[in-house]
Amino acid sequence: MSDAIRSERTRLAAAGARAVAADLSGQPSRDVAKGNAFLAMLLLAMSIALLGLALLLIDAVADGAGRFGISLFTEKASSLPANAGFQDAILGTLWVIGGVILFCVPIGVGAALYLEEYAAKERWWNRLVEVNVQNLAAVPSIVYGILGLAFIVRGPLNLGFIVLAASLTLTLLVLPTVIIAAREAVRAVPDSIRQGSLALGATRWQTIRRQVLPAAIPGVMTGVILAVSRAIGESAPLLLLGAATFVTANPTSPFTEGYTTLPVQIYNFFARAQDDYIQLAAAGIIVMLIVLLAMNSFAIWLRNRYEQRW
Amino acid sequence: MAQDESRAGTGRETREAAAERAAIAVRPGEFRQHAGGRREKVFELKGVGVSYSGAAAVKDISLDVHRNDVTALIGPSGCGKSTLLRCLNRMNDLIPGAAVEGHLLYHGEDLYGPNVDPVQVRKLIGMVFQKPNPFPKSIYDNVAFGPRILGRKENLDEAVEEALKGAALWEEVKDRLDSNAFGLSGGQQQRLCIARCIAVQPDTILMDEPCSALDPISTGKIEDLMIELKQQFSIVIVTHNMQQAARVSDRTAFLMVELDADEDNRWGRLVEYDETEKIFTNPSDKRTEDYVSGKVG
Repeated sequence: MSDAIRSERTRLAAAGARAVAADLSGQPSRDVAKGNAFLAMLLLAMSIALLGLALLLIDAVADGAGRFGISLFTEKASSLPANAGFQDAILGTLWVIGGVILFCVPIGVGAALYLEEYAAKERWWNRLVEVNVQNLAAVPSIVYGILGLAFIVRGPLNLGFIVLAASLTLTLLVLPTVIIAAREAVRAVPDSIRQGSLALGATRWQTIRRQVLPAAIPGVMTGVILAVSRAIGESAPLLLLGAATFVTANPTSPFTEGYTTLPVQIYNFFARAQDDYIQLAAAGIIVMLIVLLAMNSFAIWLRNRYEQRW
Repeated sequence: MAQDESRAGTGRETREAAAERAAIAVRPGEFRQHAGGRREKVFELKGVGVSYSGAAAVKDISLDVHRNDVTALIGPSGCGKSTLLRCLNRMNDLIPGAAVEGHLLYHGEDLYGPNVDPVQVRKLIGMVFQKPNPFPKSIYDNVAFGPRILGRKENLDEAVEEALKGAALWEEVKDRLDSNAFGLSGGQQQRLCIARCIAVQPDTILMDEPCSALDPISTGKIEDLMIELKQQFSIVIVTHNMQQAARVSDRTAFLMVELDADEDNRWGRLVEYDETEKIFTNPSDKRTEDYVSGKVG
């Protein structure tokens, strides 16, 4: 830094200090008022977001607390609200989501590794893939439901209204999120690690398999958990895929026909006239919120625990 | 094989060797034959140039690197020393658009020949980078990585111990082999990278400014290590630090930046290559003298 610049800065700093000193004795300037108004707006924005969540929680707890208990987990859906529970819906969710995890992890990580490690960024088709992955993440879930109905339940795959069809459809739905998260994780591994590995005579695949992937796993897992949380909460596409039917039996395999999931069951119970069912549905919301909060907390814990600082 | 010739042929020169000398002789000023030059050559560079997407980074480098020498590449920033170093183990292959021209022989074999596998090349010619780059694993796993990718499973403990001893790090880390390598100091990390490199049992080690991120004490340790290591390996080191080149190297190559007429393009060119002592005390070229005496930098 040259002396000229330094003395200029000193002069400006001194002028600034004088201006502040002048304010001390005078009225708060308009700038200060503006700053405070802006801060108030930001606080308001945050409160609205929190308020929504708080209202949902209060409403669900007020309605459902009386109904919340172990019987929710031990009883299946029933035509008598007093006997009804969510066991079949919880198991349905587990089966569907288990399938989603099974499919979306290898496909998502594979796609991310290809895009980050192999694809030549300057080729137009790779850029097209990139843009489209981002776009797919924003497609409404009902569109995936229609796709699943046309291509998986019927059409080429013709699987029928079974659990596996729901798993595959939800996999398509969350795959863009998983790919984006996994790409971020892979990109965060510094090049010096790749170079160090290659310089030892490792092949590209050995480098990816033994260095890049292990270092990226925590980030990938975080992304997968967040994506899966989204899949758990989805009901719209499942309504098209056969989860809407009223069932009283637990699903037993990916090929079970006639199943339901938590959000769909909550939706079904709310749609009934009896007050008892409304209470039950509210209790179901509490169950779901607990599951989602637990999963998101686990994702955050995982990220903090295993995050590699370079 | 040229390797066998240079070992055996002290008396009579083979035709190939004579042709080689003739080829070198047509570039006066670019290359000076080492007076006692009958030693085994690890690298022979003849008119080597490297370009990135058509823009030349270094041009027309000819020099021989001898076995069990520390060979230093010095010169100002942007003169292409690192570029030159990185084409010796084909690390430049990883950069899209990089191209190498000229002849680059490794133990008499064309390093860029059609049947040469760059992965195999890097097993024989190790590399230590400017910034220590340990893997985010335990100290043990860092060193064992090389042997493991070579498929070695038995005697891994011995191999790790030997490599760490070879890098003068064993005494400092033997009680915490399972702790993360990121917990080591910068100098220890760099010696770990050297250990990692020698665990693969290479023939040559390339070092790209290995001490530029280290404090003077760590630098001293690594310099001592280099002198130790050259008993077993041939070492090529790029350094910004002329004193370092003077302290550790046997031969020094001085590269300089050359500009074209309109000063749009710049590339590195070899000015002088000779025994280190001669480069620093009695260089043949005025430009070398100016650089090593600190008149230009």
